[in-house]
Amino acid sequence: MTPAGCDKVLLVQAEFDGELDAAQAVALAQHRETCSVCTAAAAKLARTRALLRAPNLYQPAPEALQTRVVERLATARPLPPAPGTAVSRWRWWRPAVGGFGLGAAVAAGLAFLVLMPAQQSLLDQVVAGHIRALQPGHLEDVASSDRHTVKPWFDGRLDFAPPVKDLGAAGFPLKGGRLDYLGGRAVAALVYQRDKHLIDLFVWPEKRATTPTPGAAEQHGYNVVHWSAGGMAFWAVSDVEAAQLEDFARTWRAMP
Amino acid sequence: MPASSRDHSFEAVVLPHLDAAYNLARWLMRDGAAAEDVVQEAMLRALSYFASFRGFNPRGWLLQIVRNAAYDAMAPERERQFVPLPEAGADEGGGLPDLVAPEEDPEAALIRARDHCRVHRLIAELPVELREALVLRELEELSYKEIAEIAGIPIGTVMSRLWRARRMLADAAQREGAL
Repeated sequence: MTPAGCDKVLLVQAEFDGELDAAQAVALAQHRETCSVCTAAAAKLARTRALLRAPNLYQPAPEALQTRVVERLATARPLPPAPGTAVSRWRWWRPAVGGFGLGAAVAAGLAFLVLMPAQQSLLDQVVAGHIRALQPGHLEDVASSDRHTVKPWFDGRLDFAPPVKDLGAAGFPLKGGRLDYLGGRAVAALVYQRDKHLIDLFVWPEKRATTPTPGAAEQHGYNVVHWSAGGMAFWAVSDVEAAQLEDFARTWRAMP
Repeated sequence: MPASSRDHSFEAVVLPHLDAAYNLARWLMRDGAAAEDVVQEAMLRALSYFASFRGFNPRGWLLQIVRNAAYDAMAPERERQFVPLPEAGADEGGGLPDLVAPEEDPEAALIRARDHCRVHRLIAELPVELREALVLRELEELSYKEIAEIAGIPIGTVMSRLWRARRMLADAAQREGAL
């Protein structure tokens, strides 16, 4: 919106806020000598700043809040270790055997993964990230069912552009997206819905495909399906039934 | 390693800006308890994003997170593109409305009762987008560029919002004879 009267009023304000360089300021000063609108604007700006010198406008954090924040941070801190750092090597062979049966995986045409340490750690982090996101207010930073809103939101927030697909027609409407932090890097989290269940799809670029064939796992009652495509890793996690989550993964992969 | 990791810890980099975080949340939410919730939520988000923070402006970075958390918290009153999921246990007939209403009235009454809080009230009555720009510029003394990054808007929009905020504030003050 341009203020009525003179199109240089915003420049007067910029000068007032110390945002003009010397050359711009000189040019503006010449204009102001002949412009009553800009002269009045300068006076109004000075009056508002005088008003804002009223005491107690700046409201610092109460001490009790500071204490609570420090306490919350202490309990929130233990994040799982980054992949490949602190996972005991002798457990590398441990398969993720959960409620998700081998038979179901085979029937679904999925490789039943023997998780490497890095992946076990990632599985922990993906599930932890999903649970954290289910806390009120954590779910999405951008809430929209429109992929043309969600996808641009990630621009400048990540060093990659995650693919965003609308699976609404297949019964998985898009709800939004957020930034998350997994495996030592910032990742995109896309939020989908299936009936009353939420599905988080974590996406990040990877140098080489760690999971060329889709794999599935179960942890703490959450189902996880992961795959690699187009130089990116995809981890879907949800409390929907394993078959539905596989359906979600299949639909996502099939969609151009 | 210990020395440098201490210098770059979350506590050393982000926590010093707690006052700025609360000030912004307090002005956006216009309610102390709601502002505290927003700040706690924002600090948790900041902690989870912190390892990816590479910038030189932790205050602006934190304020952006606070701002997003505040808008999320205001979401029920604002028009959104989807209906939030019903929360388990919060069925119809729950006591939520009773919890919300009494919080604001004593505060609002107190503000009205005290004359030196008139400016406070005039700012609080500005539309939230204008209030946000004004608070970041005048109380946090941030540059247009920093405000643009925090609010996710072009610098031109920062300038026009600031102008509208100041004009509305000056006009309202004049009407009330505070100037």
